[in-house]
Amino acid sequence: MKELTYHRADDAASAVALVAGDPDARFLGGGTNLVDHLKLGVTSPTTLVDVSRLPLDEVTELPDGGLRIGTNVRNSDLAAHRAVRRGWPVVARALLAGASGQIRNQATTGGNLLQRTRCVYFQDVTTPCNKRDPGTGCSAIGGYGRYNAVLGASEACVTTHPSDLAVALAAVDATVVVLGQDGERRVPMSDFHRLPGDRPEQDTTLAHGELVTAVELPATGTARRSTYRKARDRASYAFALVSVAAGLELDDDGRVRDVRIAWGGVAHKPWRAEVAEAELRGRFVSEESVRAAAEAELAAAVTDEQTAYKVPMVRNLTALTLTGLAEGATR
Amino acid sequence: MDAEISLTVDGVRRTVMVDTRTTLLDALRERLGVTNPKKGCDHGQCGSCTVLLDGRRHLTCLSLAVANDGAEVTTAGGLRGSDGGLHPVQQAFLDQDGYQCGYCTPGQVCSAVGVLDEIEQGHVSHVSDDLEADPELTDDEIRERMSGNLCRCGAYVGILGAVRQAAAASSEGGAA
Ligand SMILES: Cc1cc2nc3c(=O)[nH]c(=O)nc-3n(C[C@H](O)[C@H](O)[C@H](O)COP(=O)(O)OP(=O)(O)OC[C@H]3O[C@@H](n4cnc5c(N)ncnc54)[C@H](O)[C@@H]3O)c2cc1C
Ligand code: SF4
Ligand code: FES
Ligand code: FES
Repeated sequence: MKELTYHRADDAASAVALVAGDPDARFLGGGTNLVDHLKLGVTSPTTLVDVSRLPLDEVTELPDGGLRIGTNVRNSDLAAHRAVRRGWPVVARALLAGASGQIRNQATTGGNLLQRTRCVYFQDVTTPCNKRDPGTGCSAIGGYGRYNAVLGASEACVTTHPSDLAVALAAVDATVVVLGQDGERRVPMSDFHRLPGDRPEQDTTLAHGELVTAVELPATGTARRSTYRKARDRASYAFALVSVAAGLELDDDGRVRDVRIAWGGVAHKPWRAEVAEAELRGRFVSEESVRAAAEAELAAAVTDEQTAYKVPMVRNLTALTLTGLAEGATR
Repeated sequence: MDAEISLTVDGVRRTVMVDTRTTLLDALRERLGVTNPKKGCDHGQCGSCTVLLDGRRHLTCLSLAVANDGAEVTTAGGLRGSDGGLHPVQQAFLDQDGYQCGYCTPGQVCSAVGVLDEIEQGHVSHVSDDLEADPELTDDEIRERMSGNLCRCGAYVGILGAVRQAAAASSEGGAA
């Protein structure tokens, strides 16, 4: 670890100015990812600007029925919030499926979205990794690949995004509110994380020094009837192999009026399965119809012997999730 | 860069100079001699460094000391019952054989205190069926909520029994 200067930010604008003006500065949230990376040498900032005590820690109901979540609302408090549990169960379920009670008490909303990949090579500084050290190569191609992407990967990077919350936010059409040096801008969740392309070092579309201040959730029928399912190697305290965030709204005759499907563990960003959504609109939900819709989305999947399992797993998990929602299951 | 911070640890206010890179765990153990929280993995993966930080269960290995200037830390060793004797959670770990070597135990105890408080506040969990109802502390709920604390000795049966006993004691109003 290098010498490190610590600042506790007084207000959001000065935190932005401090980080934007210094390529070696980083925001510090709850620290559950960044402090780990300091120890591992994955990143070596010279300045930390602690934004975790800024008074951006409230959940407020918006006039149109939506919800605004300050970035410093801790993951545990967001999952426990009554309005979230009622109106956006997929968000509560995704949070509760992630990490542990202790970590959720510490982790912030913005920090969760900005957490970096768990790719074993990214975290091991003795190995080449284009995301950590651009241009050095990708050790995961031809290496350990069980957690690798099956959609949207590139020759430069084949990893997946680890956040459960981000997948849920993609399924509820959330908007991320971001403060930069030129003021505030609003980024739809679908444009927040990016595919690796030839710049895998860039996880998101944020510029250096842009601060997440809030996340907004619109109130919708699909969010109201929604849930999250995660397949993993042990029953708790493990990252996703694949996950499904889904929301469903049915017509009076039982056909799909509207549907949202987002997948975790399959790509470098939460994967909105829009092809599958389009296939399902106007149809009845059944195991067969959902599987067929998922297959259509997965036609673009590229797998190898280590990742081939993900295709049937995410297809079947999507069927389980949507048939459950159609039958009125609470989880 | 060095910074002076003050922490209230188990009721005693302590001031210490730390390098900004020092974790809260290392500040407690190496600088203040508070060895109750243990260093198992140092990467957030085992829970043995858990304390109550400003009343909530928290890992100390993934927190910088300097970011917690002014915080109130309660370790398992600083817990007391309302009569000044053992805390009901400590007593329950003794009664139920909730440990073997004891290395994970301070973290387990703090985490269990956190779990009981979260239940009291109506927090749901991954295994709660109904998100809109107040949760009940079934065995599955205890297992899920304690899943951030690993036990290398596998004393999970005793740990489960201990949390169950402490929950029963606290619902009878016996907790501190
Ligand atoms: C053992 C373990 C298991 C885990 N399991 C899961 C899991 O199953 N599912 C899951 O989703 N997550 C899991 N996590 C990850 C955890 O959810 C993240 O570490 C956490 O959400 C990060 O939030 P933080 O506030 O601690 O971020 P920090 O560590 O403080 O920061 C993370 C990154 O975000 C940046 N940042 C922080 N705040 C802001 C902001 N407001 N604006 C812009 N940038 C910001 C920081 O500069 C840094 O780059 C696990 C973590 C551990 C250690
Ligand atoms: S998959 Fe991405 S993160 Fe992993 S080694 Fe390759 S470039 Fe690095
Ligand atoms: S030492 Fe902190 S979680 Fe293992
Ligand atoms: S009692 Fe030995 S590690 Fe848990």
